[in-house]
This record gives sequence, C-alpha cells and structure tokens, in this order.
Amino acid sequence: MNTVEALPPNARRAGHYLYIATVVLLCAWVLVPLYLLFVNALSSAEAVNSFPKSAFPEFDLGSLKFFAGFYGILDALKNSIIVATLTMIMSIAIGAPAGYALSRFEFRGKATFRLLILMTRAFPLPLLALPLAVMFIRTGLDDTAIGLAFVHTTLALPFAVLITFSLFSGIPIELEEAAWTLGCTRFTAFTKVVLPLILPGITASAIFAFVISWNEVFAAAVLTIENRTLTAFLLQNLDTAAIHLKFAGGFILVVPALIFIFAVRKYLFAMWGIANR
Amino acid sequence: MAEIQIKKVQKWFGAYQALDAIDLTISDQEFMVLLGASGCGKTTLLRIIAGLEVATQGEVWINGKRIDHLPPKDRGIAMVFQNYAVFPHLTVFENIGFGLRMQRMPNAEVKARVERNAELMHIEQLLGRYSGELSGGQRQRVAVARALAMEPDVILMDEPLSNLDALLRLEMRAELKGVLADSKTTAIYVTHDQVEAMSLADRISVMHEGRIVQAADPISVYRNPEERFVASFIGNPPMNFLPARSEGKGSWSVAGQSFEGPKTDLEALEFAIRPEDMVLAENGILATAKVVEPLGAHVLVTCSVGGHSFRAILNSDTKIKPGETLRFSPVPDRIRWFDPKSQVAVN
Repeated sequence: MNTVEALPPNARRAGHYLYIATVVLLCAWVLVPLYLLFVNALSSAEAVNSFPKSAFPEFDLGSLKFFAGFYGILDALKNSIIVATLTMIMSIAIGAPAGYALSRFEFRGKATFRLLILMTRAFPLPLLALPLAVMFIRTGLDDTAIGLAFVHTTLALPFAVLITFSLFSGIPIELEEAAWTLGCTRFTAFTKVVLPLILPGITASAIFAFVISWNEVFAAAVLTIENRTLTAFLLQNLDTAAIHLKFAGGFILVVPALIFIFAVRKYLFAMWGIANR
Repeated sequence: MAEIQIKKVQKWFGAYQALDAIDLTISDQEFMVLLGASGCGKTTLLRIIAGLEVATQGEVWINGKRIDHLPPKDRGIAMVFQNYAVFPHLTVFENIGFGLRMQRMPNAEVKARVERNAELMHIEQLLGRYSGELSGGQRQRVAVARALAMEPDVILMDEPLSNLDALLRLEMRAELKGVLADSKTTAIYVTHDQVEAMSLADRISVMHEGRIVQAADPISVYRNPEERFVASFIGNPPMNFLPARSEGKGSWSVAGQSFEGPKTDLEALEFAIRPEDMVLAENGILATAKVVEPLGAHVLVTCSVGGHSFRAILNSDTKIKPGETLRFSPVPDRIRWFDPKSQVAVN
C-alpha cells in the first residue's frame, strides 16, 4: 500500500499545499531580486531614490546608457567572455578525460581521487590569493586572461569531472565494446559512439564552467589590474557609485548570464536527466 | 574456414582464478555452446576470445593465426551482447551498417548488405527507427543483424536471449539456429539455460568453477555425463544419485537391490539414473512418495529411497498419492556410475 494513499484526505491536501508553498517560495527567492533589479535598472535616478516605489519600470535607459558609454566596460565585457570561454574549454578538456577514467577504469586510490577532487573546493580561495598572485607575477601570468582562466578552471574542474563521470557512467560499457568488435579502436569508439551520446551533457557542464567563471569575482579582482573582467571591473567602480548605477551594473552582469542559460536550458536538463539516471 | 583453438587459457582476477587452463578446439562452422551456472567463467572465456578481456596466460588461435594479442577489431569476430548494445543515437540502418562503414565500404554495398541482413532478421520495415522505438525482441534482431552483416569468421553471443520473455525466446531460438546454420559461421554461444544449449548446440562445453568439465554433443552430455557435476546440472530435474556397495564381480547393491555394474576394485560407487528412466515394477526399488506433481504430459514424483531424495517422471495416468509406497526399477542401459571420491564416471 502506498503511504500517500493511506493518509487521510486532509493530510494529503496539507502536503499538497506545502508543496505549492515551497515552489512559490523558491520561485520568489530567485525572481523577486531579479525583478527589483530589472525595475530599478530601467528607472531614472530619481525614481530609484524616491519612495514609494513604482512596481513597473519607466524604461528609462539613462543608467544603462551611462554604462554603455563608460570607459573600459566593453573591454571588461570582452575579457569576461574570453576568460569564461577559456575556462569552459580547459575544464572540459581536462575534466572529461578524468571523468572518463573514473567511470571506466579501475585503479588504485580511485575513491581517494574522487574525494580529493571535491576537497579542492574546500580550500578557500582567499587563502590562496596572495601566494597565487606572487607566483603569477613571477611567471608573468598576472593580469592576463589565460592566467585568470587557469584559476577559474581549478574552480570549475571538480564539477566538470564529477558531471562527466556520471555522464560516462550512464553509458553502458557494452556500447563501447560493441563498437570495438565492429572495427573501432578505443579512440574511434569514443568519437563515434560515446561522444554523440554525451554531447548534450558535455555542453551543459561546459556552460556550468562558463557561468562559474562569469560569476567569479575574488580571483578576478586580485589577479587582474588592466585586463579586468566584468565582475572585477564593476566591483571596483560601483563601490562608490550612486545606487541607480549599482542597479544598472548588476543588470549588465546578470542579463548576459541569464540569456545564455536560457538559450541552452534544454542541455542543462539533459545533464541532470542523464546524471540522475 | 574458421577453426578456433584455445590453448591453456588462464584468467586471474587478483587472487581469484576465473579460468583454469582451458583447452578447447572449435571446428569450422560448429555451433559451440558454453553452458554453466553464473560465475563459472563462461562469459570470461567468451570475452577473452573477443578480445574484451585479456587472458593471464594461454593462447587463442583463429584460423591458424594467434590472435590473443590483437584488438577486437582485428580478430574477425562479431559479438551479440546480452543487453543488445544497439547504438541509441543511430537508426537501425546505421546500426547494422556501423561495422561496414568502419571498413569504408562503398555506400551501395553497405545498403545492399544492411538490407539483406535486415530481411534475414525480419526487420526490414524498421530500418529508419531508433533503438528507443524498438521492443526488446526487435533490438535483439538488430544486434544479430549487425553482427551478421560483418560476415565474421566467428560470431560470439553472450546470453543473447536471456532478456526476452519466454515465448519470444522460444521463437528467436529456432530462428537463430536457422540463420546461423545458413550463414556457415562458426558460433560460440554462452548461456546458463540448458534447454537453450541442448536445442542450439552442435557441441556443449559444460563449465564449472573455471574449467570445462565436459565438451560433447548434447545427447552425449545428457546420456553420458563424464562427471557427477554434469549429471547433477543437466536435466530438469537432473539425475538421481544413490549410494552403491560392491558385492564383488561387478555386482552392486543399491537400496536393497542388486545391479550389474562396472567391474572395479572400488568398495563404493554412486548409482545414477535420470528421473524419466524409471518404470513402475513389481519387485523394484522401494520408495515412499512425498510430493506428486502432475505436469500434464507426465507426473513428477519426489520420493524417498532409503532416506535419499529421489525423483521419478512417470506416466501421466499413474495414480500415486503422497505417503504411498511404490516400487520402480531403472531402465538397465540408462544406469550410470560415479566414483564418489573423484566424482568421475566409472564404466
């Protein structure tokens, strides 16, 4: 007997309401700040500072125009995209083979290795910041997109490894073995059978890496000076800015990431769909 | 021509020995079934032949060429997997043609071969579908067609029918036998299902604990098991065993009766007989019926003979009730004898 069916009807209804309330709360958690950001970014300075607030934006593009014309913002945007793209490529290039090895091969210390991958996330970045900065200056990697991308890759790598690990594990080894018996080498079996099957998931985990890099501000602020990414640039310039400009800055930061995730949401579902199987 | 020779193949998984010095020769176009309970090493042996597993020791030869160091693709084999392993991202057509495309065969030829093999497996109307749109039986057909399309020297099958339901399994079994006989391919087929083994095989290799206990044609395996294990494994229900004491000069006492048996110096032997080789007789072995199971075509009677469990398959119009005593005797030329120490058949 199903336990849900065994409950009295009012208890079941209460559970139903609780479920709906949770969904509404979670949606509000995400959507309310976004909405406020949206309204304030598209309002004039006076409207942002006045009270009571209007629930609807005025579609005053003044603050955004200010940013568009702000010196250095386009460079920062470009830097962000370069660093995030490099992070995406490197974390998949390094993470996917590690994920494959974890899922397909038995080796000594496999469990420890998996744990260590996660442990890298337990190491606080601020602790590493100073030695990293010193090392980067010595090697000439400081203030470069690739240098920052290296740091962001280490942040994104654990996710890339664990996500691709579960993707590969979701693909029966027999498919690869069948390919081997049908004339494939280990490599061609991978490109012809495994890769097409995990491509949606790989895409999703690449996007994940992209977003991690896009959102990262601490390392970006410490390790770059001239070639700041958008987050570091805004952090530096908005600290003392007027509140309506802070809203506009936040808007500029959030919207590209939102559009990006919205565009690839179907792959994101594919990732969790496969990972949860 | 594809003769397979397996020479002294051993396989260790760490400290566990999965295969113990396997020696086996499979002749051209033979249908060889590796039969055994799970964990007996039959799949490991098949995978070593396929090149998916590396033997710890020993050699595998196909057509007089040593192949155990070659990757699977260079061995001239094709394999059918238990879970079919139909590629989900390709259509049925591209699945069957996958190996041919890997050989860079011209399009027209791929098309001809795919269509011919699809027709053979009666899936020509499914060529445009993906595996997600197929039933288990249809996937199995795709997997077999894909293997046959390679026109391999040897086709290897790992429990290919075990995921199908009973009726479909029966149908596919007969079909597989016909198709493989026509293809003139040497086949090695792994199964734990003895009925499947009996019905398909030219020869059965019964495996137990990493070694081949007996390799012979199905009737020999059934009638003349060389080891007690085979006698107790093959047949449903398997052979009955009763202790026998020597009365000298080839005469043996079994459950109070005297039987002609092997003339050896051994004091004790085991008397073995198949349940269906017992007939009711006035002055036969005395037994007490415990369970009576009418199975339609015949009656399966589980009884006790001097404290030993004993099963007999009797004529369906036999009227026996549990608790009754009955007397039956074995068909004389069906009696087999085993040495209880070495477990080997004694003639």
